[in-house]
Amino acid sequence: MTERPLSPHWQVYKFKYTLTTSFLNRITGVVLSLGLIVLAYWLMAVASGGRAYTQALAVLSMLIFKLLYAALLVSFCYHLVAGIRHLIWDTGRYMERAQSKRSAAIISVVSVLLMAVCLYFAFFAGAHAP
Amino acid sequence: MSLRSPLGRVLGLGSAKEGVHHWWVQRLTSVALVPLAVWFLVSLLSLPALDHTTVIVWMAQSWTSLLLILFVLIATWHSQLGLRVVVEDYVHGGAKTVVLVLVTFAHALIAVAGVFAILKVAFGGSP
Repeated sequence: MTERPLSPHWQVYKFKYTLTTSFLNRITGVVLSLGLIVLAYWLMAVASGGRAYTQALAVLSMLIFKLLYAALLVSFCYHLVAGIRHLIWDTGRYMERAQSKRSAAIISVVSVLLMAVCLYFAFFAGAHAP
Repeated sequence: MSLRSPLGRVLGLGSAKEGVHHWWVQRLTSVALVPLAVWFLVSLLSLPALDHTTVIVWMAQSWTSLLLILFVLIATWHSQLGLRVVVEDYVHGGAKTVVLVLVTFAHALIAVAGVFAILKVAFGGSP
């Protein structure tokens, strides 16, 4: 394999809000990808009939899965809000330094509020998260 | 002395001219996922319970099946595009190809399993 130039490894960069928001978008995206495995498993369980579904639901109700649902909800809220910020950037708007700092603050606040709402409805309001 | 011509070597190392397509599809799928993913989450959390009967009745409704299939397909597509970039950035050498192949296969499996399951329920195949 030919030695190709690499971009500097992420560890060399200084902590910055722009980098952090971008990196969090990646991490939450990877977490959501894991969620797709659970989604496919759940859908297949639904399609496999009542008995198989009950068994699958017992697995999906384990504590580790509840933690995963919380992680998925948190990731979804962040990825959604940060993704919309990226889409706005793609139109060429709000790319100045001060603006991107402000939008980083906005998406932090909005996504945290959204997380609180989602977690409340998933685990407390109806409390029917499996 | 390699059998590859200088031109071939240069072409082999250069851009494959697929970057714009990747970028564009990632944006298209993300725009589509904003309403689809929100719909999925709200619908799921609005279900009175998650027992088999409730889920089946919900999933077998035509609009639910249709939107669910769209959601599964576009979400796996978006996920595949995103994970591909992550793998390309952090995995190097021979492992990169192996991981990329596995990631692609996994996404294909998830997409097909999801669509198959939704259709089976929609056509009444899951009593």
